[in-house]
Amino acid sequence: MANVTLRNVRKTYPGGFEAIKGVNVDVGDGQFCVLVGPSGCGKSTLLRMVAGLETVTGGEIDIGGKVVNQVEPADRDIAMVFQNYALYPHMSVFNNMAYGLRNRGMKEAEIKSRVDEAARVLELTPMLERKPRQLSGGQRQRVAMGRAIVRQPKVFLFDEPLSNLDAKLRIAMRVEIRKLQRRLNTTSIYVTHDQLEAMTLADILVVMNGGQVEQVGNPLAIYEKPATTFVASFIGAPPMNLMATRPEEIRSQLAGSSAADAGILGIRPEDFVITDQTPDGGVALPLTVEAIERVGAETFVYGSRDQEQQRVAATPGELPPGEIIVRIPGTEAPAIGAKIRVAAVRSKLHLFSADGRTRLEA
Amino acid sequence: MVEEEGFRRYVAHIILWIGIAVVAFPVYIAFVASTQDNALIANGQMSLLPGGHFFETYYQTIFVGTSGSTREPVGNMMLNSLVMALLIAVGKIAISIISAYAIVYFRFPFRMPIFWIIFITLMLPVEVRIYPTYKIVADLHMLDSYAGLALPLIASATATLLFRQFFMTVPDELLEASRIDGAGPLRFFWDTLLPLSRTNMAALFVILFILGWNQYLWPLLITTRDDMQTIQIGIRKMITTTDALTEWPIVMATAVLAMLPPVFVVVVMQKLFVRGLVETEK
Repeated sequence: MANVTLRNVRKTYPGGFEAIKGVNVDVGDGQFCVLVGPSGCGKSTLLRMVAGLETVTGGEIDIGGKVVNQVEPADRDIAMVFQNYALYPHMSVFNNMAYGLRNRGMKEAEIKSRVDEAARVLELTPMLERKPRQLSGGQRQRVAMGRAIVRQPKVFLFDEPLSNLDAKLRIAMRVEIRKLQRRLNTTSIYVTHDQLEAMTLADILVVMNGGQVEQVGNPLAIYEKPATTFVASFIGAPPMNLMATRPEEIRSQLAGSSAADAGILGIRPEDFVITDQTPDGGVALPLTVEAIERVGAETFVYGSRDQEQQRVAATPGELPPGEIIVRIPGTEAPAIGAKIRVAAVRSKLHLFSADGRTRLEA
Repeated sequence: MVEEEGFRRYVAHIILWIGIAVVAFPVYIAFVASTQDNALIANGQMSLLPGGHFFETYYQTIFVGTSGSTREPVGNMMLNSLVMALLIAVGKIAISIISAYAIVYFRFPFRMPIFWIIFITLMLPVEVRIYPTYKIVADLHMLDSYAGLALPLIASATATLLFRQFFMTVPDELLEASRIDGAGPLRFFWDTLLPLSRTNMAALFVILFILGWNQYLWPLLITTRDDMQTIQIGIRKMITTTDALTEWPIVMATAVLAMLPPVFVVVVMQKLFVRGLVETEK
């Protein structure tokens, strides 16, 4: 059991490319930390630095109170689950799990009891003598998990372990991983680009972008109060609607509140209601319905704003200028081409500085 | 339509049978000749059916040798050839898998220049560098020895390249998983890389064994003693006789015997050989 603390961690490649630009994260004992971000944001690099597979060019990585910058991966007391599982193809399931223990000189009897226990937990007992190629994707994934848990390490590291599975299995394994981690109570760091996986698994969510941490915290707190427009549009699906507050239409409605000075206004699709009222201090927008997506329990209405075509800075899931997504419950929806009016109350508005880097509290 | 299909297959089969005949007939003739009486062959009256001297000729070939030209039992020549071919095949595989491991998995100064130097040796087979190689072997007092026969042929760019290509297809995560599992470079090589290379090694072994077995020029140069000569040299020496009749049955028996070990290796290792060439699953 151990804390993992990253202090101003940096990674500069020999070519001068700075992959990690000073990251500070503190993962408490037994906590489940998820690193999330778009591809190329440095989340996998950061995880591999914690594992010891990449060198650290600045700052400190501390596992269980000991700086491990110069420590070999095998001696860091970590276990890692890889995206492609990285099982030894020529070894049986049993030997795949036992290999790391044998290399540490553990007694065969102890190895056998640990592997059998892990196999029982992961329902792999009937497959112990099979080779990885005789297993399905989900089973291989569980072997990879087994190889990690038999070691009883201080820290589990997961590098997008579910991305090679089909959607249904992914959800099942997500729950499995969470339950297993709760029971073993082992500090874990998990990398994913899937914001839903991130939201559901994390005790601490770390949203990364361009080698930097955008926001750290409880997933729901991040959802409710995103610190930047990047986080606002990355966390939550469909993404938050972002629009400039400069257009007179919105500005006049916000007059009197600090929001009038803000650069960017964000409203989540689920916070809109279709109404003719304008809530006090809130915002109302006239829209022309352009597309409808019915997914059963809810319906997404894509509308265009009639007046302004203001572009707002936000990278992932960026909306075309002027497009607004509204989520409404059920399947009742306005017709395509209809003119509607949507509104959101004051407390549901997210306000950011014009560069999108700072959240403004009303 | 059906007739035409049948006709086409018929033609295809005829072509295949002609191919087999072209390849097999000389071998058959060699075998037949080895069982006939020498005088009959010399008179040009050789029958196309096996004669009655099979045991006699093969006994003499293996244990005694020709009575005129070489006087060295072919059994001994085969042993020499076998030792040389095995040393070359095993030595080449051992050296090249280790050098490929170094080039693919380690960062050391002048890694790429070293790789290119190995690559360039592809253009310098023994035939091209025969004088300096002979000089070195002679200075090391390795003439007329198995070491002298095998060593200069062991360093191999082709096998190194083959293993390099194979290692580059092994996912990096396997190495990383090994590192986390506490396996050092030697353990990773021994526990993971070698077992994964098994089929490649088998395919290479077949090719290199035959290559080694069929060496002619190099053994001819560095063996002077009769008891060190290989079977390929032996055949040649048996044919060249100055004032005596060439003992054709023994020459032919030697040729047949010379074919057997490569055939044996191919037949035994065929399955692994084919898998090594086509397998993509890691």
